[in-house]
Amino acid sequence: NYIIGAFKPACNISITFSDGKTRKQVPLKKENGKTVMVPLFQSQENIAGKISVEPVQGKKVEHNGIKIELLGQIEMYFDRGNFYDFTSLVRELDVPGEIYERKTYPFEFSTVEMPYETYNGVNVRLRYVLKVRNYTPPPSINTSIKMEVGIEDCLHIEFEYNKSKYHLKDVIIGKIYFLLVRIKIKNMDLEIRRRESTGSGANTHVETETLAKFELMDGAPVRGESIPIRLFLSPYELTPTHRNINNKFSVKYYLNLVLVDEEDRRYFKQQEVTIYRLADTS
Amino acid sequence: MMIPDGIEDEDKWLTAGIAGLQQNAFYMHRALDTNNLKDALKYSAQMLSELRTSRLSPHKYYELYMRAFDELRKLEMFFREEAKRGCSTIELYELVQHAGNILPRLYLLCTVGSVYIKSKEAPAKDVLKDLVEMCRGIQHPVRGLFLRSYLSQVTKDKLPDIGSEYEGDADTVMDALEFVLQNFTEMNKLWVRMQHQGPAREKDKREKERNELRDLVGKNLHVLSQIEGVDLEMYRDTVLPRVLEQVVNCKDELAQYYLMDCIIQVFPDEYHLQTLEILLSACPQLQPAVDIKTVLSRLMERLSNYAASSAEVLPEFFHVEAFAKLSNAIGQVIEAQVDMPIVGAVTLYSSLLTFSLHVHPDRLDYVDQILGACVGKLSGKGKLEDSKATKQIVTLLSAPLEKYNDIETVLKLSNYPRFMEYLDDGTNKVMANVIIQSILKNKTCISTADKVEALFELIKGLIKDLDENLDDEFDEEDFNEEQSSIICTVKKHILTGGTKRLPFTVPPLIFNSLKLVRNLQGQDESVSGDELSANPKKIFQLLNQTIEALSTVPASELALRLYLQCAEAANDCDLEPVAYEFFTQAYILYEEEISDSKAQVTAIHLIIGTLQRMHIFGVENRDTLTHKATGYSAKLLKKPDQCRAVYACSHLFWVEGHENNKDGERVLFCLKRALRIANAAQQMANATRGSSGSVMLFIEILNKYLYFFEKGNSHITLDSIQGLIELITTETQSETVTPDPAADAFFASTLRYIQFQKDKGGAVAEKYEPIKKGGSEKAWIIFNLQDT
Repeated sequence: NYIIGAFKPACNISITFSDGKTRKQVPLKKENGKTVMVPLFQSQENIAGKISVEPVQGKKVEHNGIKIELLGQIEMYFDRGNFYDFTSLVRELDVPGEIYERKTYPFEFSTVEMPYETYNGVNVRLRYVLKVRNYTPPPSINTSIKMEVGIEDCLHIEFEYNKSKYHLKDVIIGKIYFLLVRIKIKNMDLEIRRRESTGSGANTHVETETLAKFELMDGAPVRGESIPIRLFLSPYELTPTHRNINNKFSVKYYLNLVLVDEEDRRYFKQQEVTIYRLADTS
Repeated sequence: MMIPDGIEDEDKWLTAGIAGLQQNAFYMHRALDTNNLKDALKYSAQMLSELRTSRLSPHKYYELYMRAFDELRKLEMFFREEAKRGCSTIELYELVQHAGNILPRLYLLCTVGSVYIKSKEAPAKDVLKDLVEMCRGIQHPVRGLFLRSYLSQVTKDKLPDIGSEYEGDADTVMDALEFVLQNFTEMNKLWVRMQHQGPAREKDKREKERNELRDLVGKNLHVLSQIEGVDLEMYRDTVLPRVLEQVVNCKDELAQYYLMDCIIQVFPDEYHLQTLEILLSACPQLQPAVDIKTVLSRLMERLSNYAASSAEVLPEFFHVEAFAKLSNAIGQVIEAQVDMPIVGAVTLYSSLLTFSLHVHPDRLDYVDQILGACVGKLSGKGKLEDSKATKQIVTLLSAPLEKYNDIETVLKLSNYPRFMEYLDDGTNKVMANVIIQSILKNKTCISTADKVEALFELIKGLIKDLDENLDDEFDEEDFNEEQSSIICTVKKHILTGGTKRLPFTVPPLIFNSLKLVRNLQGQDESVSGDELSANPKKIFQLLNQTIEALSTVPASELALRLYLQCAEAANDCDLEPVAYEFFTQAYILYEEEISDSKAQVTAIHLIIGTLQRMHIFGVENRDTLTHKATGYSAKLLKKPDQCRAVYACSHLFWVEGHENNKDGERVLFCLKRALRIANAAQQMANATRGSSGSVMLFIEILNKYLYFFEKGNSHITLDSIQGLIELITTETQSETVTPDPAADAFFASTLRYIQFQKDKGGAVAEKYEPIKKGGSEKAWIIFNLQDT
């Protein structure tokens, strides 16, 4: 079929990493909703492999030289197509010429600085053409969050989250003490909210989404009751907290405690927590 | 939220709930069949979401719950197999907690938790503690109660009890205890809270619903009682104080009553016995409206049965001083609950009494003490009007009778009769009946007069009108009927007494019967039909028999008096033959049995006195009886006695107010006869002692003359009176006579009386005028005497 053949690329290009068989693969959701598995890298790693260019049967490929680039890009969805490259590394592999048959080139970027994690947000995407994930050691200071809040003469509660910084597979343990209850509470939820702010200055755009809605209590407690919190983070698609990445964007996480009364009025208290990525033990 | 009004709506919601549950259960089964854990969790959570409804009453909710419960068993089996296939239970335990809704999440958690304990991958106590703690998330009473009841259900065979496979190392029975106690406490809190939720107008409905749910709470106590490792010490030091703390602090009457009862019912008797003090100390702390009397009564009932079960346990009762503690507690409760109706207090004492009779049958002082305390509570309140309370008192008072089967023992109880004044007449009668029935049944004999007195004090309700203002509705006929039958009963009883007792027992019976007769007499004529047992004739018959019994004693003097009493009563009833019969009996006694001269004198005077008052006798009967009486009089041993009896007989012929019973001639005949005897007496005295006897008799006879003279007996002439005065004057002045100051004084007063009548003026004075003070016409008198 000639016509179809006319639009076929003139050659097939494939890249294999030298440690491709052992490197960890993670799922990545593409824009079309499909999930693909991509290899995972972290900062300061060597990225090495081979690239092979194979012309379609019986054809020759003319080229102006072959090079491999490693890009770190931030793309704002409101400014689609405009990529901001914060990292750009290039390796020249070949001088201009013609390729008649399959040709393989080794490449290597050693100890690459990849300061930011790959991130797919609502309004922003940070990607490497390679997938990068950075691990953080457990924070040395991780205090609990303890707070007494309420509405005067109506509702006094005290809540406690065991930490202020949680890793992605962590468990939030806590307790809510009801010190004064004069409203008829129907139930109580704990929400995990992500606040993504993009742009800067007047162009700052903030988007908040609720990633988890976890019911903590059913029914109306009386004074003196304490309700346990145990929320496993693993089922939720969280990312680490990002603060002011390249002046382009920030991602923050909040725990939102919501009480709903019998008239469906909502009472809530939001508290920021830091999410970080802990190196897999496996 | 809509509150369902109609049952129809509720049925619809239940149906919808069941449908939703079944649909998700179907998908869950499919997932289980294909070993798809993820789907199994998803659909089971959705299935359990049906339990999140607020629209069903506890009753309907239970139905839904039971269906979910069955499905969860299948899921549990699946989890167990998963664990066998190598899936770690801890991972499952985490996985189920990802569910977003709390109720399904906790049901799943409990289900996996039970598998987790079974797998022994973690100490049972840790899992249990976690589960019971996490369940706090459900604060809705009904959903919380069912969830926790599910928890209790799936863990009860996995508690680290002694001898259980889950016990050991870190897991002890204390952990099992702690778990159940905590679950109990939380459930009770939810249950109590129910009443405060929802609109006030639905309070009754909520109370009803709460009642339906109570066994969910009580089940925990049952689980506690089933824990093998709970020995007495642990029960005393941990279980009971903790449970009681919750009971007292929840301040809810429904819960307090139910739980106290639960405690009493589920734990063993010997534990109760050893922890009486702790258990009882909680009682005064309960809400005033709690029906504590029933609680305590049940406790005492249990202990009573326990004591009755085996004699071996009795020493323990003594050892722990059970009686003192119970008695004390009852006192405190009554004191604390000022508003407790009297029936409550009486019920408590009644139970204590039953207890005491079982445990300390030999301690009569305890019984009396209880009665004293109870009657003390009644005092100052007048007669009881609460029919329940009076019924309870009858129970209370009947208990010692039933126990001892001996009225004598009961009569020793000083506080026993004190109850009577607080009982209304009807109850008094009921009580008397109970007492008499007991006496009859046991053929008790009473040995002392004091006790008889005490007995009659008790049963006076039957015998005496206690209330003068009889009700309009009061049925006299029935009353008399009843009294009469009671008298029969008493008679039967009394006649069983021996010779020593009869003289004491018969008279009260007789007199009370006579009272009844008089009462009957006071009523309509129609009442005294023959067919009724309350017929005076029949009663008299009965009395006749009763008195006859005395002859065996013998106590003839007493019998005679009683015959005479009866005769008089019969007289009042216009029953001539009956009265005549009684007189005949009296005469027979007099003739055959009374031999002592002094007794004869007394008897004859009684006969004369009685006979004088009889007015129903016809001429013939009367003649017979008076003739006999005068005959007896003249036959007395001593002359003075003869004389006095004979002049007394004169009255038999002169009955004031009965004109046809005034026979002046026979009066005079009697008096003359008396004079003759007096004369003879004096001559006899002259002959034996050489001095004339006292003129006393003459003076006495003179007085009789004067009496009849004044009453208008035409046969008593002035001459005869004048003659007597002369005679007496001569005698007193004669030298042979022994000075007798009493006679002198008597004579002087008699003369003064005559003078007094003269001075009065009018008809009487005229009558008396001719009489002069003494002369000397002795011969004339003698002539006159001989003349008759």
